This record gives sequence, structure tokens and C-alpha cells, in this order.
Amino acid sequence: MNTKILENEFEYSKPGSLEEVLETLATKQNVRIFAGGTDLIVKLKLGALPDMEHMLDINGVEELGKIETRADGLEIFAGAKLWSIESDRRVEENYPALREAIQAMASISVRNMATLGGNFCNASPVADAVGPVMCYGGKVRMQSKRGAREVNAVDFFLAPGVSVLEKGELLTSVYLPAPKAHTGHAFVKMGRVKSDIAKISITAVLEREGDRIASCRLAMGSVAARPLFLKAIGEGLAGKAMTEALAQETAQNISDFIKPIGDNRTTAEYRTDVAKVIARDALVSAWKNSGGTL
Amino acid sequence: MCDKIKINLVVNGEPVTFEVQPHVSLLRALRDNYYYDVKCGCEEGDCGTCTVLLDGIATKSCITLAAACEGHEVWTDKGLGYNDALAARLQAAFVECGSIQCGFCSPGMIVAGVHYLKHGGKADRRAIKRSISGNLCRCTGYVKIVDAIYKVAQEIERGALA
Ligand SMILES: Cc1cc2nc3c(=O)[nH]c(=O)nc-3n(C[C@H](O)[C@H](O)[C@H](O)COP(=O)(O)OP(=O)(O)OC[C@H]3O[C@@H](n4cnc5c(N)ncnc54)[C@H](O)[C@@H]3O)c2cc1C
Ligand code: FES
Ligand code: FES
Repeated sequence: MNTKILENEFEYSKPGSLEEVLETLATKQNVRIFAGGTDLIVKLKLGALPDMEHMLDINGVEELGKIETRADGLEIFAGAKLWSIESDRRVEENYPALREAIQAMASISVRNMATLGGNFCNASPVADAVGPVMCYGGKVRMQSKRGAREVNAVDFFLAPGVSVLEKGELLTSVYLPAPKAHTGHAFVKMGRVKSDIAKISITAVLEREGDRIASCRLAMGSVAARPLFLKAIGEGLAGKAMTEALAQETAQNISDFIKPIGDNRTTAEYRTDVAKVIARDALVSAWKNSGGTL
Repeated sequence: MCDKIKINLVVNGEPVTFEVQPHVSLLRALRDNYYYDVKCGCEEGDCGTCTVLLDGIATKSCITLAAACEGHEVWTDKGLGYNDALAARLQAAFVECGSIQCGFCSPGMIVAGVHYLKHGGKADRRAIKRSISGNLCRCTGYVKIVDAIYKVAQEIERGALA
């Protein structure tokens, strides 16, 4: 055996109801939620969470494992595993960029364990599944003993590893509104090998009206201290006729706008250069699969 | 020091009780109980050599908590080989195709392959590569591993295997 053991010693509980989960969150000290554990256990092995005293497994709560159709969209609960999301017909039909992003993550065996809620709460700037949720206008629903609340996915992240989630709060679900007609989607990720963490990623979701872009939303991973929603650049495309030149101009604007850092995965220069290429590709393929021609 | 907890689970078809501390991974609990066919590589979820079936689903045991497995069913490569015709066939195919060199990745590769084939995986080299993308092999160059899974997938498609 090698030496990567969990350094912390902690209590472990797996309640059967949401009430008990919220009660434990409210009363115990230094609690961490265990959803799939694919970030949590690795961090514990690296000694990155020395304060954790209680691990609260939410997989015993049946209602948290669901993916439910709502009148106006889809609600993915916090315990739903990535594999059940990627193999869901409703996700395949209505939110293909989310499906692509999930399928670009890790490996089947990791996706069998990991959750969408965990990808959000881990709050890494590289989190792949976050961009599509932002671009579909998704919302994050949270609950604590004090009550429930909801924020737009684009407002969820504050800094690396930090989100708006407060002490005692559980992310209960991610909600996706129903997409409009003539929606086009694209997710592009660059990694060293298929199952690797992204060096850079981009999501584009646009609605087409004839030969014009009615609206467009863009988000990127691994180019800032948190998942980056390119609000102004996306909004600036509304009403414009889509052309190859527009895609290239927008890609250049994105590349000029972002201020990535260099890290152990790649350099800032690479990210700035490649942003141009993948942004153009994402825009063009989103346009094409909205039914548009170029 | 945290108290040890008792967990009841079924490993390779046999009900067992492990006494573990809450912070022990399933991988460690299995190896501490002599299931040495489950290998330990990176301990971080990257290499896949620790892959087991947890309730029929390929899972990395190094990032699974043993305590979270109470009441669940685990199958390892060795147990599968003795009890499951498809897994036994895949193991034999690994030998026939020369898919094993040092053998360290093999138990995880075979479990990943079993998951693929049992979930309707076809004789499609691309899809097979994707299915083992969470399993690293430093010896074979993967080609022969893909060959073995492909061979069994073809046999299933031909109806030569249930
Ligand atoms: C080998 C490997 C490869 C990976 N590759 C990728 C990749 O390509 N792209 C990518 O984006 N990620 C990748 N990851 C990271 C990880 O798999 C994802 O971030 C995953 O979505 C995390 O989900 P989880 O359920 O396992 O989270 P957990 O590990 O259970 O939780 C993560 C964090 O969020 C908190 N948390 C979880 N759920 C909730 C909740 N409902 N409410 C409040 N807090 C909560 C936990 O306390 C913890 O701090 C990889 C991980 C591994 C091990
Ligand atoms: S030891 Fe589990 S993935 Fe490497
Ligand atoms: S045979 Fe040696 S690692 Fe795969």
C-alpha cells in the first residue's frame, strides 16, 4: 500500500431524510457533505481539509437522487450521479452541451460516483459541467434549517474553492429552464488526454432567428479564478447576423478579454492563444446545430 | 482516535463484516481483508487499477469510503472470474490476446471491461477505448487490451456468449 491514507479521523453519518441532513449540518461542527467523494476523498488524502470532523453522506436520501421534469424545465438533484445525467433522454435532447461536458469529464468509473452538485460545490475554476448550466440559464437551489433559496448559476462562484454556499447550507438541486426552439449548443474542452482535467474549456449556447443570433451565452473554464461567464460578449451578439467573420472577431475579443494564469497544466500564453481557436469553433458549431448555415 | 465501525457488505457473493475506521477507503478495507487482486496504484482516482463493481457499476475503490458501502455488493476481478461467465471469458481473452504484461493494471482493466460489456457495449474500438479511459497501463500500449475486449464483444454479438 502506498502512503496516501486519509489523515483526518472523523465521524461519518448517512441519514435517510433531508431533514436529518439539514439538522446534522446545523448542529455538528466542521461538517463536509459527501456526494460522490471524487473531489472530497482526494482532498482528504492530500491532507487539504485538516479541519473536517464529520462526513455527511447524502446518498441515503432517496429524493436527492432524482432528476425530475418540471413544468418549465428539469431539476437535477444533488445526489444524482453524472452517469445517470449523461444517460438521461431529457438531458440528451434538451441540454446536449451539458451531456458533452459530463462525457468529457474523468472516466466512466469516476462519473459513476460523482455528482453535478459536487462539481458546483467544489467550486474549481476548471469544473467542466458548470459552463453549460450557466449558459442554459440554470439556477442553483440551496437549503438549510433557516430556509431555502436560489441563485443564478452565474452568481454561484466567488473564488477558487469558494461559492455563495453558507455554513449549514446544502445544495439541493440544479435547475435548468426549458430551452427555446432553434437553440444551438457547443462544448469544447482541451486537455492533455481524454480523461484529463481541462487546460481550457468553453460552452456556447445560442438561439437563432433566421440568419441572426437572437441571443447567445458563453462561459469558459480554466481562464480565471472561477468559472467565467462572458456576459457582455455574449449579449453583444444579440441581433447580429452570423458569419465566419463575426465568429472570428468574437473569438479575438474573448482572447483579448480573458486574463488566464499559467499553472501546472499549461501556460497563460497557450490559454490566450487557444481561446481564440476554441471560441470560434464553439460559436460555429453552436450556430450550425441550431439549424443555421454559414 | 475514532471508534471502529462494523460494516456489512457482500463481497464476491459472500456476506462479510469488516471492522473499519470511518476514514478507511474501500480499497484499503478490501486489501486489509486479503482481497489482494484489487490493486493500489495512485490512490487518487486516476489510474483505475483499484476498480471494482459496486452494485454492478465500475467504481474506483480508492476514492470510495468503506463506510459508505454498508449493505452494498462488491465484486472484484477474481470473484467475477470464478462466478461470472462473461468475466471469465474476458479474463481468458486477456491471456489469448497478450493483453497482460506486468499485470498490474489487469484487474482494473478487466472490471472496466466487464462494466462496458454488461452495459450493452459493442465491438467498437473507439467506444472500448473510452470505456477504459480511466485505467492506465504502462506496459502494453493498450492495443492488446482493446483487442481482448473487442474479441469478447464480437462473441457476444455473434451470440456465442450469453
Ligand atoms: C480521476 C479524476 C478525474 C477528474 N476529472 C474531472 C474533469 O475532467 N472535470 C471536472 O470538472 N472534474 C473532474 N474531477 C473532479 C470531480 O470528479 C468533479 O468535480 C465531481 O463533479 C465532484 O462531484 P462529487 O459528487 O464527487 O463531489 P464530492 O467530492 O462529494 O464533493 C465535492 C465538494 O463539494 C461539497 N459538496 C458536494 N455536494 C454538496 C452539496 N449537495 N451541498 C453542499 N456541498 C456539497 C463537498 O463537501 C466537497 O467539499 C475528477 C476527479 C477525479 C478523481
Ligand atoms: S488506485 Fe484507485 S484509481 Fe489509482
Ligand atoms: S500490463 Fe503492466 S500496467 Fe498494464
